[in-house]
Amino acid sequence: MSQAAAPKLDLSLLYRKLLLIRCAEEEIARIYPSDKIKSPVHLSIGQEAVAVGVCDILRPDDVVSGTYRSHAAYIAKGGDLGALFAELYGKDSGCARGKGGSMHLVEMEHYVLGTSAVVGTTVPIAVGYALALKLEGKGRVVVSFFGDGTTEEGVFYESLNFAALHRLPVLFVCENNGLAIHTPIEKRWATRQLCERVGTYGIPAHQVTDSDVLKIRELSLDAVAEMRFRNRGPAFIECHTYRWREHVGPNEDYDAGYRSREELVRWQAIDQVSRIGAKLDPDERERLESEVEREIAEAIEFAEKSPFPPPEELYTDVFSE
Amino acid sequence: MYSPSSDTARPGRLLRYVDALREGIASEMDRDPRVFLFGLDVDDHKAIQGSTRGLQQQFGRDRVFNTPLSEDAMTGVAIGAAMAGFRPIHVHIRMDFLMLCMNQLVNMASKAHYMYGGTVKVPMVIRSMIGKSWGQGAQHSQGLHALFMHIPGLKVVAPSNAHDAKGCLIAAIRDDNPVIFVEHRLLYPTEAFVPEDAFTVNPGRGRLCTLGDDITIVGVSNMVVECLRAHELLADVGIQAEVIDPIWLVPLDIELIVNSVRKTGSLLVVDNAWTNCGASAEILARVAEQMSPQPVQMARMGFAATPCPPSPVLEHEFYPNPAKIASRVHQMIQPDVLWEPNKDRAALAYQLQFRGPF
Repeated sequence: MSQAAAPKLDLSLLYRKLLLIRCAEEEIARIYPSDKIKSPVHLSIGQEAVAVGVCDILRPDDVVSGTYRSHAAYIAKGGDLGALFAELYGKDSGCARGKGGSMHLVEMEHYVLGTSAVVGTTVPIAVGYALALKLEGKGRVVVSFFGDGTTEEGVFYESLNFAALHRLPVLFVCENNGLAIHTPIEKRWATRQLCERVGTYGIPAHQVTDSDVLKIRELSLDAVAEMRFRNRGPAFIECHTYRWREHVGPNEDYDAGYRSREELVRWQAIDQVSRIGAKLDPDERERLESEVEREIAEAIEFAEKSPFPPPEELYTDVFSE
Repeated sequence: MYSPSSDTARPGRLLRYVDALREGIASEMDRDPRVFLFGLDVDDHKAIQGSTRGLQQQFGRDRVFNTPLSEDAMTGVAIGAAMAGFRPIHVHIRMDFLMLCMNQLVNMASKAHYMYGGTVKVPMVIRSMIGKSWGQGAQHSQGLHALFMHIPGLKVVAPSNAHDAKGCLIAAIRDDNPVIFVEHRLLYPTEAFVPEDAFTVNPGRGRLCTLGDDITIVGVSNMVVECLRAHELLADVGIQAEVIDPIWLVPLDIELIVNSVRKTGSLLVVDNAWTNCGASAEILARVAEQMSPQPVQMARMGFAATPCPPSPVLEHEFYPNPAKIASRVHQMIQPDVLWEPNKDRAALAYQLQFRGPF
């Protein structure tokens, strides 16, 4: 396969994606107390840069796989926003027709593989999809997003080994926010050398500790080019990031005692939404902000106006006929 | 060995169960380039007791390949490949190893089509073999099909003869859903007439193996063969048993069983598994519901409620067998008459012939 031109960096596009996720999540948090959203939500606020940086360099026919905290990956890959909100509302027009919810987002038109509530579960599925893409031979790749908790599951290492053994086109991206629900990494990891652990499988492993969206983008670009054009097999990026809100739900929980607000303030100081926004011309920035606001308003209106599935829908699609 | 009636006009030739499995896979791999087969040891010199022999040579290493000992991830790999449009067959040489796959099978494979709003399909076959005798012990002998019957979205099939092994496997490969395919080690050398061409034994259709008016006996997997011998023993004393092989446990041909019970008024289910919350419990419950308020004489047999021990004396106690099944039926039909079946006639040649190691 010949090397195509590398996707060009467009800061406006990058900012628009970052902002769309941030604002959509904030809207979800705002609506949540009204009980219109019928799904436990695990918000990506604060973690947008990882999904946006990686997905920015993907082709439309590349595939992403995520977790129960994957509103960001869904939006960053181009998943339909109205269908996302409708899914949260439990509506028939939702991306999973009201049968998935926030933890089981899917959007196969934009190759967002279904997400899972069980930590680690989607990683081997992403690898299996990559196996299919390798057999297909069109240079498509899969990105598997997961959290730091996944790296504690046995299936993670089984998946790394198999992907490396068969040189599958899969980019493993660890969104390391340092928390498994409320349990900090210090209580879970014997050592912090995650990249070294992954590297022993012969998988190139990189670390980004400041959530720099441009750095994440650059590393992804190089890693994907290697697998897409040179059949080099899987790569791994560990991105440190920070969950600004509680594990599940719309609120902050800095009074709960398991972490400090000072930590949040440190991460807010390097917030990538603000950082990339600051690089733009103020007029351009304003234009994008009103575009994003309108897109979200339309998505919410779509969700509110959509009908619920009829009761008999309960029984459809248990089996594929 | 009985020759099951076929959906096709051609009677076929005598073929062993193990060869029928291989023939079914080869036929589908030949027909459909999306089918691939993988699992631990599928390409070694033993070739899953011969059921995968020659397939790698025929179809290449991309479509027939060995795996690391990573059952959990390999099941996920099958699901991912299936979502991408392939039709994987994942092979386990013992059913006990499926316990390492439960998260993927129960939380993803079974639910993906539903939970993702019908936007993905997961056409995959999980081949798994139940072991028995020659000291298989507690972890090489379990019949765990009921665990999977419990989960909406999984199909479960347990063919009892070579004809159905091929027909069910082809049907399972062509099915757009995950299918748990339950094989039995002792059935591998047994022969039946099997058509040479591809054919399907479709989900939700069981088979009347014998006709009789006195009692309905439902056997599952290897127990079909044991029930058929029990049927012969009972015929010696004038009891006509109607033996049914449900073949598919999900979807289950309950109508076939209920219609038989309406005629006979009695039902014995013999499962190749434990009875508690098992296939036998489910079948009895559904028959009772459908026959209500008419009472039906019912009983069930299965593994003893213990792990399976390797010592031959204990192992003999553990399993139902034709003599035990025939005695149980005789007690149900003629409780006042003492009767012991002929022990020699009760022995099954294919089971006596089995030698280890596995």
